[in-house]
Amino acid sequence: MFTLDLISLTLSQREAPGLRIEIIEGLQTRRGSTLVKRGFAHMLKHGVVMDVTNVEQAQIAEDAGAVGVMVLDKLPYDVRKAGGVARTASLKVIEEVLDHVTIPVMAKCRIGHTWEAKVLEESGVDMIDESEVLTPADEERHIWKWDFTTPFVCGARDLGEALRRIEEGASMIRTKGEPGTGNVAEAVKHMRILNNELRKIVVLYEEGDEQELVRAARDLRVSYELVLETARIRRLPVVNFAAGGIATPADAALMMSLGCDGVFVGSGIFKSSDPRARAEAIVIATTYWDKPDIVAEAQKMVDETKAMSGLDLKTLELRMQERGTG
Amino acid sequence: MEVKVGIASFQGDVEEHLAATREALKKLGVKGLVATVKLPEEIESVDAVIIPGGESTVMGRLSSYKKSLDVLKRRIDEGLPVLGTCAGLILLAKRVYDRIVGETGQPVLGVLNILVERNTYGRQRDSFEAQIDVPPLGLNNFRAVFIRAPGILETESDVEILAYFAKRPVAVRQESILGTTFHPELSGSTAFHEELVRLAMGYRSR
Repeated sequence: MFTLDLISLTLSQREAPGLRIEIIEGLQTRRGSTLVKRGFAHMLKHGVVMDVTNVEQAQIAEDAGAVGVMVLDKLPYDVRKAGGVARTASLKVIEEVLDHVTIPVMAKCRIGHTWEAKVLEESGVDMIDESEVLTPADEERHIWKWDFTTPFVCGARDLGEALRRIEEGASMIRTKGEPGTGNVAEAVKHMRILNNELRKIVVLYEEGDEQELVRAARDLRVSYELVLETARIRRLPVVNFAAGGIATPADAALMMSLGCDGVFVGSGIFKSSDPRARAEAIVIATTYWDKPDIVAEAQKMVDETKAMSGLDLKTLELRMQERGTG
Repeated sequence: MEVKVGIASFQGDVEEHLAATREALKKLGVKGLVATVKLPEEIESVDAVIIPGGESTVMGRLSSYKKSLDVLKRRIDEGLPVLGTCAGLILLAKRVYDRIVGETGQPVLGVLNILVERNTYGRQRDSFEAQIDVPPLGLNNFRAVFIRAPGILETESDVEILAYFAKRPVAVRQESILGTTFHPELSGSTAFHEELVRLAMGYRSR
């Protein structure tokens, strides 16, 4: 046996309700174990998950090479415009998408809305996004995700948020960025903060400074055990994607170059007027991000005049990233 | 002699295979190099290749983009050893369909003589881990992780079955082609990677 320092299972040996043990043909099987849930996210790596609102969009995404689709009632850009309370997508649409694509299907639930998540788990989605794009249902706490067999992805702006979500059972993290803006600046900022904070605890670990690591855990508001494990493996113990404002192939390549494992594209594709070409181009740029000539080819496939018009972050009334930071 | 193992890195759990292959080389005491490969010229330079887990439709698409899929197919036809796990196995298979949507018409290599059903156990909530035996590789109670795993429904006579789960084949070999429906790269054993390195050494010294 060797230890694979990419998929960490520390803090995960607990027997939570999400773990289902069954006997099939005399053999014990374990569904919803941490390895099965985190492992699912590992299969998405180097891929693009696309926001869709109906079956047609889901099929365009699949044809373009999306590694998964995220079903929403409205794209984040339209959530901003519509105002009011944003809730999980209609189950009828989710079920239709489940029946028509072969790639993983995800859906968003409101932060802290355990029962929206239970409903999504029943519908059979492959992953649940406890998302700040929707109106939070609990201002104090997130869902206790160990109770679910279905894996969760959660947003984070820094290392503390990411680790707190992991401690609650998240199997995957994504940067929050600022959803629905077509502006990549916040995603870049969140990824850089995370990398810098990670680097700090790695140095403390390598110097064997236990006292400062304990202090770091207090500042991050997570257990010392999780901080230690993260520092030891020199990365988040779960897969980490970029999200929130990615709109072009070059945006996706930029995020990959910052060390993300893959990208989510929300409004960027279906709020543009060239969704088919753009979806395909973003997929190509995500895989070939380290080959600038191929990223240039991908960038040529899209037309800047057809990109979604971005939003200036300074004039935003609603900053979705400030939801669910506790 | 130094062997070079390439990890086809279009999409999926590439780094896990990099780590497992490096560990396998170390265990066998074999001098070697492990590198990610995407472009045709990169694929031309390796002595064995691994197609990781991920989404087979995405890998098929992205490997067709620069004609890497054609190069890969030609080299495997010429005897290049290959290990495909989960999506990698689907990409190797001669025939593929999906449990829900049926014919997928996705680009595949079509070099492994099996019929594969995608998502055979269902969706992610039906994904599981179980302990299985792989007698030809000397593995007992091996921790096998099945993630939205495919099923091998038919095998032709030249395909050797290495392991079963619930009476169905889950690991197969056809000459220098190794395929699993589960993810050995996630479970901390390097037996499959060691087997591939051995095949790569044989291939290199032809």
